[in-house]
Amino acid sequence: MQNTLAVIAPLTTGRGNAVSKAALSVLGIACRAVEASDGELDIVLLGPGGETAAADVVSFGARSVYTVDHDDLKEYTAEAYARALEEFLRLSNSEGRSYGFVCTATSSATREFLPRVAAALDFPMASDVVGMSTDGDDVLFTRAVFVGNLHATVRLNGPTVLVTCRPSAFDIPEPVSESSRVAPVELKSSLAHARKRFMKLESTPSSRPDLSEADVVVSVGRGTKGPDQGIPLAAQLADVMGAALGATRAVVDAGWLPNELQVGQTGKIVAPQLYVALGLSGAIQHLAGMRSSKTVVAINKDVEAPIFEVADLGLVADLFEAVPALTQAIEARQSGG
Amino acid sequence: MKILVTIKRTPHRDARIRVGLDGQLQLQDVKFEVNPFDELAVEEALRLKESTVAEVVVVTVGGEVAREALLAALAMGADRAVRVDTNVDLDHLQLAKALASVIQREAPDLVLAGKLAIDDESGQVPLMVAALLDWPQATQASKVELSSDGSMAEVVCEVDAGMEHVEVTLPAVITADLRLNEPRFASLPGIMKAKKKPLAVIALSEAADVGTLRVEVLGFAEPPAKQPGVVVESVEELTSALAERKLI
Repeated sequence: MQNTLAVIAPLTTGRGNAVSKAALSVLGIACRAVEASDGELDIVLLGPGGETAAADVVSFGARSVYTVDHDDLKEYTAEAYARALEEFLRLSNSEGRSYGFVCTATSSATREFLPRVAAALDFPMASDVVGMSTDGDDVLFTRAVFVGNLHATVRLNGPTVLVTCRPSAFDIPEPVSESSRVAPVELKSSLAHARKRFMKLESTPSSRPDLSEADVVVSVGRGTKGPDQGIPLAAQLADVMGAALGATRAVVDAGWLPNELQVGQTGKIVAPQLYVALGLSGAIQHLAGMRSSKTVVAINKDVEAPIFEVADLGLVADLFEAVPALTQAIEARQSGG
Repeated sequence: MKILVTIKRTPHRDARIRVGLDGQLQLQDVKFEVNPFDELAVEEALRLKESTVAEVVVVTVGGEVAREALLAALAMGADRAVRVDTNVDLDHLQLAKALASVIQREAPDLVLAGKLAIDDESGQVPLMVAALLDWPQATQASKVELSSDGSMAEVVCEVDAGMEHVEVTLPAVITADLRLNEPRFASLPGIMKAKKKPLAVIALSEAADVGTLRVEVLGFAEPPAKQPGVVVESVEELTSALAERKLI
């Protein structure tokens, strides 16, 4: 019997103290691990705001929800968050709670701190898993490799294994009626690394939904020709659809949109209900970031563009005519019912 | 100042990798190169070398075939190379232990690496190295600036929420992202000179006790194929198709 620990961290980069949908997806893989192992589920929230955020995770059948706050976690550094999780695992062990499976949702933060935990505690780790299966007593994980063109199956051998899971690959489980116990945990040792300092985060404020969580994404490529040409048209479409705006590498490199909107191998991996690709050819690194979208719509004037190979609905057209027409048509449906 | 760059030999970025009936990768006819993100790290090391006085050492772990990746980095301008020799597949933590032992011997001021390798896409190794050495890290860097006395680096990191600025006191590990620089092509004289540059080989057993392999890659498969899509002729058709699917 193995216990599972779902890690949600950091909370500070989310909105307020709520746990993001992406971070919550860890409960999808965690609950499956619990079913497979017949063990218990615990959840730990690292960082300030845990007591409030705990309310978001108390109804998923966990035995306990632990909150860990500490002066050194006020600002995110990989070094301090790694050490916090290490200390929490050591403390749990000394109290007789050991975990066979420790998982967290993939983000730029967890990608950065979980390998440090693996090295410090000598645990095997798999990054950004997209599937989990059992083979007898063994748990096998599926990972996307080679820019998402292939899936690898890996087995982790050890009393405790660490995993980051791709949010879009795991559904948040249904809540249960029973509520978990919430317990604050105090870590006494210092967590910060003396040679690392967080300075500032530059972020472009946006009124649109968060790219990693949006149900609809309108994504723009070089074909939109820039911020005073096609991008405003795409933004209008995004706004009538309640969509997040996404971008290709070329668009970000050109400075047309900020880097946090990039979709792809560098950037975010998204899987919305609807992905609308405008004037983007579909480089393999971009496809890696969106190919799991439920429905892909592509508008491009080049019939040969590789994006059409992954599109469910393709329209070969000049986006400067098609996008405003689509925006109008959707608006008309919305007002006309 | 000494800068050490860890590199990996990976299948060429444009290679289409196939899976055999045995579930293993078919790599016989595939061209290899230095992992593109590691190439960015080598380039950054060379640029830092131009602005300060530095020695650039490139290190890889692998068999005789990995030598070509080191030669490519030497041809770009690195000063010398170290290969930890092994023909056995290692997992990330084993690789990190091997690299950390070389780093301890070399005692560089800065370790640069790619943010991930394009074959396996884990991005774990450099951060495990940092943790094993208890060094700070800055990851997915799009800008690295050394302080004038070379004791600190200010790094702009590409994170989910935007651009994070951090400061690390050296020695530290920094991983390179796409926008860090544009790697140079090796010049013909560079390629000729590379062959004469020192390239040390250390047996893995001599370098470190890396323990046993605990992340086993059992096999590969193509992801499930997607249903072919529909081409619509007009915006009206697109709108009705979206409405039919209850997407608008």
